[in-house]
Amino acid sequence: MTKMTMVQALNLALKQEMEKDDSVILLGEDVGRDGGVFRVTEGLMDQFGEQRVVDTPLAESAIVGMSIGMAAYGLKPVCEIQFSGFSYQNFHQIENHAARLRQRSQGRYPMSLVLRAPYGGGVRALEHHSESREAYWAHTPGLKMVIPSGPRNARALMVSAIRDPDPVIFYEAKALYRAFREEVPEEEETLPIGRPQLVREGKDLTMISYGAMLRPTLEAAEVLRERDGALAEVIDLLTISPLDEEILVKSVQKTGRAVIVHEAPRSFGPGAEIVARLMEKAFFFLQAPIERVAGFDIVIPLFAREKSYIPSVERIVAAAGRTLKN
Amino acid sequence: MKTKNTGKKKAAATNHNHAVHLLRSMIRIRRLEDKCAELYTTTKIRGFMHLYDGEEAIAVGVLEALTQDDAIVATYREHGHALIRGLSAGSILAEMYGKQEGCSRGRGGSMHLFDDKLRFYGGNAIVGGGLPIAVGLALADKMQQKKRVTCCFFGDGAVAEGEFHESMNLAALWKLPVLFVCENNLYAMGTALKYSQSNMDLAGKAASYDVASVAVDGMDVLAVEAAAQKATEVIRFKGEPFFLECQTYRFRAHSMYDAELYRTKAEVDEWKKRCPIATFTQRLKNEGLLSDADLEKIEGDVAQEINEAVAFAEACTWEPLEDLTRFVYSERRMS
Repeated sequence: MTKMTMVQALNLALKQEMEKDDSVILLGEDVGRDGGVFRVTEGLMDQFGEQRVVDTPLAESAIVGMSIGMAAYGLKPVCEIQFSGFSYQNFHQIENHAARLRQRSQGRYPMSLVLRAPYGGGVRALEHHSESREAYWAHTPGLKMVIPSGPRNARALMVSAIRDPDPVIFYEAKALYRAFREEVPEEEETLPIGRPQLVREGKDLTMISYGAMLRPTLEAAEVLRERDGALAEVIDLLTISPLDEEILVKSVQKTGRAVIVHEAPRSFGPGAEIVARLMEKAFFFLQAPIERVAGFDIVIPLFAREKSYIPSVERIVAAAGRTLKN
Repeated sequence: MKTKNTGKKKAAATNHNHAVHLLRSMIRIRRLEDKCAELYTTTKIRGFMHLYDGEEAIAVGVLEALTQDDAIVATYREHGHALIRGLSAGSILAEMYGKQEGCSRGRGGSMHLFDDKLRFYGGNAIVGGGLPIAVGLALADKMQQKKRVTCCFFGDGAVAEGEFHESMNLAALWKLPVLFVCENNLYAMGTALKYSQSNMDLAGKAASYDVASVAVDGMDVLAVEAAAQKATEVIRFKGEPFFLECQTYRFRAHSMYDAELYRTKAEVDEWKKRCPIATFTQRLKNEGLLSDADLEKIEGDVAQEINEAVAFAEACTWEPLEDLTRFVYSERRMS
């Protein structure tokens, strides 16, 4: 086991999958000679050559469109969009083609494709460099939307995403890229896509989060234990869509209280869907209204105000406190 | 880089069998489209539908230059391309009926005809959307060291899309074996080229990306065929893209709902005089390559083919409702 950052862990996943499978191809802006804007693909062009690590021009639509062509051909492209906010340039190719080709042709073409994109705030960048708009992709049937929360699960989920037969949108939290290190085994490790993980057991309250928001959520759980003696159960979604509600519902049936934490804007965000599922399946177990701690319905503000936008431990604790009062 | 071949110089005459084959192919498309229009009016076919009348020489001429190993990416006006590629008229009509025996099993409809075995990568309802996909297919061929051509059809409207320019640049930059076929019918739906392009020389635009390009008379099947043969030779020999602009005209409305306020009847009539089927028929007769009996036989055979296709589509079945959630995701189980 080596201690790795998320950048190193993702690099390991890509490298090992490329060693195992010749059909895995990387493409994107600066992924080759430069090693990627956040260095996730560093050294891969040297190892695998220009045929398998392809530097593209600034042409997001073509990057994704070509990936779709290669996927329909039977290859496994992993394309990088430098910031998730730039993916609006290729929205058309993902929405109209990647997500639909299988349905439109009733399963005639393979569509094994991963779109990697750094997302989220916390690095003091502006607008499209800091956004968390996973709901766009989660809303589209035919796509899988995956967001890891640390180096080890990022590596395991990336391996699964590359091997997955369906198009996977893989968001990597910029705030986590180098935030901390975790032990990552050299030998192969995968995690099933579409299954959330219980990361902290509790009985008084269920907290549901993912990506960069998992850590403040866990910190909030610790504050609640120390301050109020309340034991929060924490679930890491890992896959936003398709959403597996089973573990969420089971937990809320046990605790009767739920707080959902994400940095995506509140309205119509992933939290709204989770609330709806809980109302359908756990309504009679609820002892308090479900709380959402989310970004606000505005463009993410510039760095001076960024901290007020992104859910903080204090906001999460306050929301949990409200549900526990009931 | 750019050469002009506007069809002034007539392509060499052809032999009887080949001439009859080309004519038959164009007539098959025309009669299929006639039937589609009829079935649309009787509400057997629904959804938007775009007919190819007037442009048949392009699909027929270009596909003559392709092998079954090459790939095709088409547009939403793709019934003819699909038919000539080898999809049966029955499977095409069944698809438009929305029936599960259709070539896309009833989910694609008129604009999304597919056949993986024939490497027909579909119609595409989004203008310009197929260009980067074609570039990706060609890139995959190059990576796999396969000597094949990906042929990508699109209209003059696509030239206004950013994806056209991204795709031209990449195909030229990486020397990819793509045959870009621009079916320039002068109108992007209801907007004439002169209102949408600062420079109407489309072949010239491709040339500016260092893509070899030529403009041909898209109403002359022999001219299209000869140009496509040359283009595919260049692509296969050099492994570089080629841009073929086929200047043509659509005789019918853009889709089934179009009052055609953007063009005059006189203009349409003028172009109809250049109908690729009528002019080719006359030319073959003048050259003694086609008899009335030949033509009668073609029409008889095609009528029978279309009638059988309609009967097939009528007899086909609807996808069971419970199957509608299938194929959202792969049915391959993950270990």
